[in-house]
Amino acid sequence: MTLHITRDLLLEIWDHGERTYPEENAGLILGTFNGDERRVRKLLPMENKSHSESRHNRYLIYPEDMMAGEQEAERLTLEILGVFHSHPDHPAEPSEFDRQWALPWYSYLITSVDQGKALESRSWRLKDDRTQMIEEVLQVQIDLDTSAKNHKLMTHKEKNR
Amino acid sequence: MNSIRIPTPLRPYTDNLKEVEVDASNVGEALDVLTDRYPNLRPHLFDENGNLRAYVNIFVQQEDVRNLRGQATPLTGNDRLMIVPSIAGGKIIKSGR
Repeated sequence: MTLHITRDLLLEIWDHGERTYPEENAGLILGTFNGDERRVRKLLPMENKSHSESRHNRYLIYPEDMMAGEQEAERLTLEILGVFHSHPDHPAEPSEFDRQWALPWYSYLITSVDQGKALESRSWRLKDDRTQMIEEVLQVQIDLDTSAKNHKLMTHKEKNR
Repeated sequence: MNSIRIPTPLRPYTDNLKEVEVDASNVGEALDVLTDRYPNLRPHLFDENGNLRAYVNIFVQQEDVRNLRGQATPLTGNDRLMIVPSIAGGKIIKSGR
């Protein structure tokens, strides 16, 4: 089980998580798959529809937004591979609430955002019997356009030291 | 015949079918027919008490059945049902806020 993502797209998730801090962010991961190998092609950030007083520790995407996401995926001939969301000041590990609400098959990419700075992303899938979330490999791809992106990533990492 | 559109994450339980045809007179019956045919799908649609899981939303002709008559919503025989998940999660505990 591997989720392949470019550094650019991962940075997009980190930037989104930092912008929405201290609230949780969320969005859909679009891409292609071949068996258990998945490649992220596009992200669809979604508005967190949870009540404002609970957005710091939960996220909600309405079914209407999911339908719109599915239509966008269809238009791009991609699939919804899963969901990304942030855990402000909390590890990038699924909570019990994450597990209860998880759908099978989807990849759940969680980013830990500590004091407003994205620290780490890890990806998880629900076990078939729904008892636990299993971590999958998050493979970050080197982009072709190296120098500018490397600089951006280094800058980002340095910011987080 | 009514049809049910299956979302991607549930297709592994329906032999990867995107649409499943069901002969049923209402939404609840359609879901029973579906899960009788694909029993491994049932735990992902219904909880241990037989209630639809919170993330499962059923639309008939683009209308959420919660705004109609729920699982008693009648079907014409030519309706298209869609299973649309709502997505939620979050750290919930130990937030310190």
